[in-house]
Amino acid sequence: MSSKLERLSSSLQNILGAKVRSVVVDRGEVTLEVAAADYLPVAQLLRDHRDLRFEELVDLTGLDYSAYGNGVWAGRRFAVAVHLLSITHNWRIRLRAFADDDAFPVLESLVGVWPGVNWYEREAFDLYGIMFAGHPDLRRILTDYGFVGYPFRKDFPVSGYVEMRYDPEQGRVVYQPVTIEPRENTPRIVREENYGDVGNG
Amino acid sequence: MAEIRNYTINFGPQHPSAHGVLRLVLELDGEVVVRADPHIGLLHRGTEKLAETRTWVQSVPYMDRLDYVSMMCNEHAYCMAIERLLGLEVPIRAQYIRVMFDEVTRILNHLLGIGTHALDIGAMTMVLYTFREREDLMDAYEAVSGARMHAAYYRPGGVYRDLPDRMPQYAVNKFKNANTVRELNDNRQGSLLDFLEDFTTRFLGYCDDYETLLTDNRIWKQRTVGIGVVTPEQAKAWGFTGPMLRGSGVAWDLRKKQPYEVYDRMDFDIPVGKNGDCYDRYLCRMEEMRQSNRIVKQCIDWLRKNPGPVIADNYKVAPPPRERMKGNMEELIHHFKLFTEGMHVPSGEVYAAIEHPKGEFGVYAVSDGANKPYRLKLRAPGFAHLAAMDEIARGHMIADVVAIIGTMDVVFGEIDR
Repeated sequence: MSSKLERLSSSLQNILGAKVRSVVVDRGEVTLEVAAADYLPVAQLLRDHRDLRFEELVDLTGLDYSAYGNGVWAGRRFAVAVHLLSITHNWRIRLRAFADDDAFPVLESLVGVWPGVNWYEREAFDLYGIMFAGHPDLRRILTDYGFVGYPFRKDFPVSGYVEMRYDPEQGRVVYQPVTIEPRENTPRIVREENYGDVGNG
Repeated sequence: MAEIRNYTINFGPQHPSAHGVLRLVLELDGEVVVRADPHIGLLHRGTEKLAETRTWVQSVPYMDRLDYVSMMCNEHAYCMAIERLLGLEVPIRAQYIRVMFDEVTRILNHLLGIGTHALDIGAMTMVLYTFREREDLMDAYEAVSGARMHAAYYRPGGVYRDLPDRMPQYAVNKFKNANTVRELNDNRQGSLLDFLEDFTTRFLGYCDDYETLLTDNRIWKQRTVGIGVVTPEQAKAWGFTGPMLRGSGVAWDLRKKQPYEVYDRMDFDIPVGKNGDCYDRYLCRMEEMRQSNRIVKQCIDWLRKNPGPVIADNYKVAPPPRERMKGNMEELIHHFKLFTEGMHVPSGEVYAAIEHPKGEFGVYAVSDGANKPYRLKLRAPGFAHLAAMDEIARGHMIADVVAIIGTMDVVFGEIDR
């Protein structure tokens, strides 16, 4: 298996050349990082090149790195991670691209390469506010009709901003500011590397 | 000349064959579907966001509630993701137990999938029979975890506890007399493995019963043959997995191609369809149940002969046994730290995928070294399948939309997350 991953990562270097920002092999998985400008051409190559043949897009997800490691993150805030699968070669890859502008993250849409990405991009837009240029139908998908904000961003509270209830006087459903107090039972803690030697018992 | 316009109707979200809360906006030209626009998210609970605010172990029960007809498979992918991040080895007996319950879950899921699919397109009887068998398997769930559905049985590092030595019994009450109870308890005299073995011997006969009801049934074939045809190229482009991909003739199964746990030691076959229509996918699912039955049998044989630990003995990840915790300060501290602060997972990212009954269920976990996930993305197979609804349903009659929803085997717990 590991020789297979080496073959994949070396052919990535050969085929994509300067477009590769980094190739990391970690825990049996290959992560390829590219610049936002190269994102679409690289995706096209990954699908069509004879030695890569990633014909299936398994998953696309948005990521918000702003709170990574409790605020030590210095790079760009929003990224998209795409998981690809090659049925021909039986291997997987993770393709990641960071959006250039933190205030208005935009990436090219992959709909022309893998049509199945349509809903995944809608989801990333809905939850993270990442725009996909060239997407035919970039509507919200999981949140309520008329929802405001991007709920999976790290600065969006878990309990949200508004709650909904039925108002018997007006005879309809109304929105109002949330009344529940956010609470955190277990604080989030980042310990030093190899804390407690987890995994080595 | 009258003006003829397309008619837009709203299907669901409260429609019995919408399999939950699917709102489908259909644009119709007469009875023919021109455009189908599924509106999802009515069951969105923000599981992924909630998981970011819980410790790693606390999110295990949330996984049950994703695809609520194949509970343990969801947990499996999640636990596998954590184990890969930790680099943790799972005891071999736990791996066998997991494989066995994954296959029990597959049977559970396909029974519901086929039963309700048949119900949706007019074969009322099927669902009654399949739910009878589901009852037995849910009893197995209950015996092992205490819950009939939301088991929370798989844990990072193994499974919560070993298989029980005896099955729970029915008791006499005002609805069941002593004779009925004796009959019901007949196959519950031994251990859980005896009970499951009895089930596996009976189950093949049940499968034949289902086939006599459906496989050559004229109405069933008229409603499914040639409906919702997906070519292999389309299936790949749309990101299909599981029976939706195999029904189109692509022999792709993670249990064979990228084996996890002990699937490489199991002897089973992968059924593949030919035409990629609803009927072929139905046949695939029927055969998959028989193959799962075979795997369960093999696991039972192995589990009988090989006792051993069922959870890793790394107390940083898995809680120490109760007795040791009561008598030993070190174990008490471990227990306390584990259930208050939780475990710390080294920073990194993994994508763990399993062959879920519906397709590939993946968990993409990003850790920054904290006691909680930094980001947890759940890749639900039904999401990709339903996304292709527009293209599959286009040109079909409105009644076929129901058959297509049924064949996709959608469950909104996982699609809306």
